[in-house]
Amino acid sequence: MSIKVEGITKRFGSFTALDNVSLEVPGGSLLALLGPSGSGKTTLLRVIAGLEPPDAGRVLNEDEDMTLTSARERNVGFVFQHYALFRHMSVYENIAFGLRVRRAPKKEIHERVTELLHLVRLEGLGKRYPSQLSGGQRQRVALARALAIRPKVLLLDEPFGALDAKVRDELRSWLRRLHDEIHVTSVFVTHDQQEAFEVADRVVVMNGGRVEQVGAPAEVFENPANAFVMDFLGNVNVIQAKVSNGRARFGSLEWLFPEHDHGDERAATLYVRPHELQIERSPNGGGSMRARVDRINAAGPVAKVFLSSLEGGMGLNVEVSADRYVELNLKTGDTVYVAPRKMRVFTPEYVI
Amino acid sequence: MHNAPLTVVTRATSGHAVARRDHAWIRWGLILFAVGSLTLLIVVPVVNVFYQALAPGLRAYIDNLVRDPDTLHAIGLTLIIAPVAVIANLVFGIAAAWAIARFKFPGRSLLTALVDLPFSVSPVVAGLMLVLLFGMQGHFGPWLREHGVSIIFAWPGLILATTFVTLPFIARELIPVMEAIGSDEEVAAVSLGASGWQMLWRITLPNVKWGLLYGVILCNARAMGEFGAVYVVSGHIAGRTDTMPLRVEKLFQEYNNPASFAVASLLTLLALVTLVLKVVVARKTRRDLEEAARESAPTGGA
Repeated sequence: MSIKVEGITKRFGSFTALDNVSLEVPGGSLLALLGPSGSGKTTLLRVIAGLEPPDAGRVLNEDEDMTLTSARERNVGFVFQHYALFRHMSVYENIAFGLRVRRAPKKEIHERVTELLHLVRLEGLGKRYPSQLSGGQRQRVALARALAIRPKVLLLDEPFGALDAKVRDELRSWLRRLHDEIHVTSVFVTHDQQEAFEVADRVVVMNGGRVEQVGAPAEVFENPANAFVMDFLGNVNVIQAKVSNGRARFGSLEWLFPEHDHGDERAATLYVRPHELQIERSPNGGGSMRARVDRINAAGPVAKVFLSSLEGGMGLNVEVSADRYVELNLKTGDTVYVAPRKMRVFTPEYVI
Repeated sequence: MHNAPLTVVTRATSGHAVARRDHAWIRWGLILFAVGSLTLLIVVPVVNVFYQALAPGLRAYIDNLVRDPDTLHAIGLTLIIAPVAVIANLVFGIAAAWAIARFKFPGRSLLTALVDLPFSVSPVVAGLMLVLLFGMQGHFGPWLREHGVSIIFAWPGLILATTFVTLPFIARELIPVMEAIGSDEEVAAVSLGASGWQMLWRITLPNVKWGLLYGVILCNARAMGEFGAVYVVSGHIAGRTDTMPLRVEKLFQEYNNPASFAVASLLTLLALVTLVLKVVVARKTRRDLEEAARESAPTGGA
């Protein structure tokens, strides 16, 4: 079942948490709302759940308007950041709660809870209380409880935020597999881009109450819509340059950008990811910068090389594969040539 | 008088007490002083009540309690008024605590202050306020009389007075417990399809049950022992509007000491039972609060 959000605005006093946000969650997909804290992602999730009334806009389920439907009647599964398990109820009763308040027959409740305990791999723990469970187990109970009511859509608020790194990784890939199994339309909130890319079909990048970009993870990563998305999705090298006549210039260096063919010179910011810079021992054309190696971190699958350009004294951050690193035989203090394989230019129409 | 939340806090932190070495004579001196003054001020008088009551013998003691119809009526009246006042305060206390702990609204701090008002008003004044409203010279007195309703010098007045005096007990117990537990579980219940009543009965009340019971016990103890406010509104009609504390006073004024002490011993017995219950329930309430504090701290790990 698809969920559509149209022109949602939500203010808290003078603070605008959501500014005319529109979004579509295709039926059966797993979508991530990604953004820094204060970007409005959790507020959007709560608006979809009906826990927060919007000041303007509509929430549609298929084509049925449910903006005015109460949270209670929306039939939405919500997994809270700190789980919010019922502390005085056993795991079994926690999962059964949604069915009990709907006065489902006992037999049906028992079947459904047993099925869910199996699904979240907590068979045999039905009699335990939340305080007797680990963080990862509590999270799975919260998920089973939300799924018990066969929700139209499953909403998860920072579902792995309160867990250890290792448990988080396990649960992440487990959630992805679970979704492939049950195909319930799902939206989850995260501030961790790696988590969003690893788990979601589609990623919505949010900032300051607006949607910056929507797309498949690879699409968003490879073609960021603007400087914010580029910057937020991980390490970048930033070069302050001037653009005119299809060229970007930084000192004596020059790169071709045919789409910026205006005659007047404009300030522009160039963005290059660390793995998109290559290191050479000799210059190859007008686009390579002479730079000195300051520091090398060769631990892990890629070697991280920190350099400073001899022209402009700019710090550069480059990732080279382990093989290439051995081939180059780099040492601290070496002078090398750095050339971008790919770079993006954003003229400052974008203001943070 | 109302030091329960304080007790909770001090007990909870005493686990981290720093080990100190004081001179043995200081330690023992202080302990002796504390035990001595408690014995003198509390244990001796309490034991004396039972001693005086039982001095004429067990048979006379029982006769003093059950042979006098006015005394029997007083016991019965107290056993009716106290539970009614407790129920009234349960409804009010839960509603007030809910409003104060869950919502931000204009007048919230005023409501919090008003809940405490009966603690600061002398019970005699509280009784007088009712007389001034519902008595024959009061605002509503003549109208009530025309319609055949009597409040002052009748049991409705006793219930009103008792309810007023015990008003803060349950709300004051519940507010900190509700605030510590937070509203997360309630929001979760609503998102799972629970109605307001289902949320109240299945989530909110079970979560605060020990705090609630603690409030009920304190409220009940105070309701049974209330003297001042009830004294003003009752009119001391033997066999009709005398409660146990009023009966104790009346028997004492009539120089019927054995009977007076017999009724007093019954009240004291109720107080002792309350004390035991209070200690047990306070322990459970504290555990709930500690659990709530742990839950709200970030949890990690497998």
